[in-house]
Amino acid sequence: MRKKFNIAVDCANCAAKVENALNEMPGVKAQVNFMTQKMTLEADMIDDALLDKALKTARKIEPEFEIRK
Amino acid sequence: MDEKQKKQLRWICLTGALYALILIILHIGPGASLNVFPVNFLLFLIPYCMVGWKVIRKSIINISHGQVFDENFLMMVATFGALAIGEYSEAVAVMLFYQVGEFFEDFAVGRSRRSITQLMDIAPEYANVERDGKLTQIDPEEVKVGDIFVVRPGERVPLDGVVTEGSSMLDTAALTGESVPRSVHTGDEVISGCVNGDGVLKIRAEKAYEDSTVSRVLDLVENASDRKARTENFVTRFARYYTPVVVFAAVAVAILLPLLTGVSWQQGLKSACIFLVVSCPCAFVLSVPLTFFGGIGAASHMGILIKGSNYLEAAAKLKTVVFDKTGTLTRGEFSVTQILPAGEVSKEELLKKAACAEHYSTHPVADSIRRAYAQTGNDPAAVDASEISENTETAGHGVSVVVNGQKICAGNRKLMDAEGVAVPPVETAGTVVYVSEEGKYLGAIVISDIVKPEAKEAIRELHEAGVAKTVMLTGDRKASGEAVAEELGIDEVYTDLLPADKVGKVEELLSKEDKKSRLAFVGDGINDAPVITRADVGFAMGSMGSDAAIEAADIVLMDDNTRKVSKTVWLARRTMRIVYENITFALVVKIAVMVMSLFAVANMWEAVFADVGVSVICILNAMRMLRVK
Repeated sequence: MRKKFNIAVDCANCAAKVENALNEMPGVKAQVNFMTQKMTLEADMIDDALLDKALKTARKIEPEFEIRK
Repeated sequence: MDEKQKKQLRWICLTGALYALILIILHIGPGASLNVFPVNFLLFLIPYCMVGWKVIRKSIINISHGQVFDENFLMMVATFGALAIGEYSEAVAVMLFYQVGEFFEDFAVGRSRRSITQLMDIAPEYANVERDGKLTQIDPEEVKVGDIFVVRPGERVPLDGVVTEGSSMLDTAALTGESVPRSVHTGDEVISGCVNGDGVLKIRAEKAYEDSTVSRVLDLVENASDRKARTENFVTRFARYYTPVVVFAAVAVAILLPLLTGVSWQQGLKSACIFLVVSCPCAFVLSVPLTFFGGIGAASHMGILIKGSNYLEAAAKLKTVVFDKTGTLTRGEFSVTQILPAGEVSKEELLKKAACAEHYSTHPVADSIRRAYAQTGNDPAAVDASEISENTETAGHGVSVVVNGQKICAGNRKLMDAEGVAVPPVETAGTVVYVSEEGKYLGAIVISDIVKPEAKEAIRELHEAGVAKTVMLTGDRKASGEAVAEELGIDEVYTDLLPADKVGKVEELLSKEDKKSRLAFVGDGINDAPVITRADVGFAMGSMGSDAAIEAADIVLMDDNTRKVSKTVWLARRTMRIVYENITFALVVKIAVMVMSLFAVANMWEAVFADVGVSVICILNAMRMLRVK
């Protein structure tokens, strides 16, 4: 499934780095768009657990990364 | 300015004030006696930590994740260097100035990001649906196909649908860039994203939100920045090498400069610090994508949807633009302009036979013949469908039917040749439909397409924008095709083409292009999707309803105004000019400051300017994209 999230990310470079990190998660395809402040995730199942893991992965790269519900 | 930025600004001001206070104490009056190590060091350490702890924390976090070379690290090393050589006040100033610059950078990027997204803000927030006899606002995504929703004056149409009650004027500017409002009445189709004028409309949803125009358009534009232009990728790659190279150059400078030229180690270290500050690639990695995004935003504001910055880049390099005549240069509305019966046949007879033949055809030519026949006051259907026993339509040739055992053919010369009918040449600018019955020639009907009023202007603008060659492809005969081409000022024209020939022709033209130039094909998307896909840049025009065209095209023009093609080229060139301006400007300033530091004529201030100052200027320059009208 494929889902879009509103996010807060500070710079274009951070967005690209976060995108790379998320794509390294098994079974996840991610796009992080700095300009529109949106993230698209593609995975078999997008639930809170996955979202939590994605957020943790992203925060390692960019501590101020946020997913807005 | 959001809360976070306000807090940041207050913090910077506070630190700045404290820094100024310390400077005054240490340099004026009795306080000057305190200006000795370690008192001054400790005093300056307070504002340094206040403004720099975030930078240091971030760089330590990044190093622990194996990412060494980022701007935070560079600023940390550079200011530590300054502290090490006893330039305490300078270390604070650099950090402070860096933060001020970062703040401006953040602010400028945030603002431009918002104003661009505002251009594309066509998403409806709610739909008014009647529930239990009461109007309730619900999320457009919850509206089902077949539901009736109400659009009040000034509200945005949330889903595609058909008007069931009421009439109004719709402002389609947000979607098509067209400022003349469209009037709609009961029974008319409306597309989502339009803003309602002063009437109340009841509309039946024909499509779910996710299939509606507005959500498709948003998807397309939002994903556009994912298809990156080569320049954008180049900048990212460049940044990856640029930073480490400058960092190693800084190490080399710190060691080699004192050894080779005999300047002090302190001066060597200072030059090295300047290198470090300058090595941040922000000006590139921020301003270049922002410019592309601005270009895409400005274009979508004009009703031009560009599917990726790579296409914007390619559009700037267009040297050849190929038009499919019908629907792009001409309206695609054919009408009968001449009826030329042969021998004893009457005009009415000829038109009737032709209308018979075209009974089942959906070709625009058939439409116009049937329309012309209906206008003569006869029964609109020239023939009872049950009398037609055979019906064949050959693309690019014409149609033949058998009515009451009589074979009637209507089509172009190729069809007549295939049928073995001898036809006299008809020289006229227009499409000629020859009609024959049982192998006997009945006469010809001339049909002309109306040339769009803005087409000539559009071709002239394309040439002005630097397009070297305009080409027209058409299935028309030579005479009529060439007449239209000449009228419009088109350079090359290829006539008598079957739909399948068009791909081949475009491939042939593509092979003639040199490596640096690009070729565009403009079609109405009805049956030229393969050609649109084949060209470097495929335009689909006036195709807001056609999924195939939107799928195939790289650039979708929301209405059918030909001038949008030249506007796109113009916009693309402007985007690329700003991109190159920014890259050149940033590089020149950075290299100049590096060279100056080697000769000890640059200080930290210039270095910080070359970093954040240049970034801010580049961002402001990128914002010029939004002032395009």
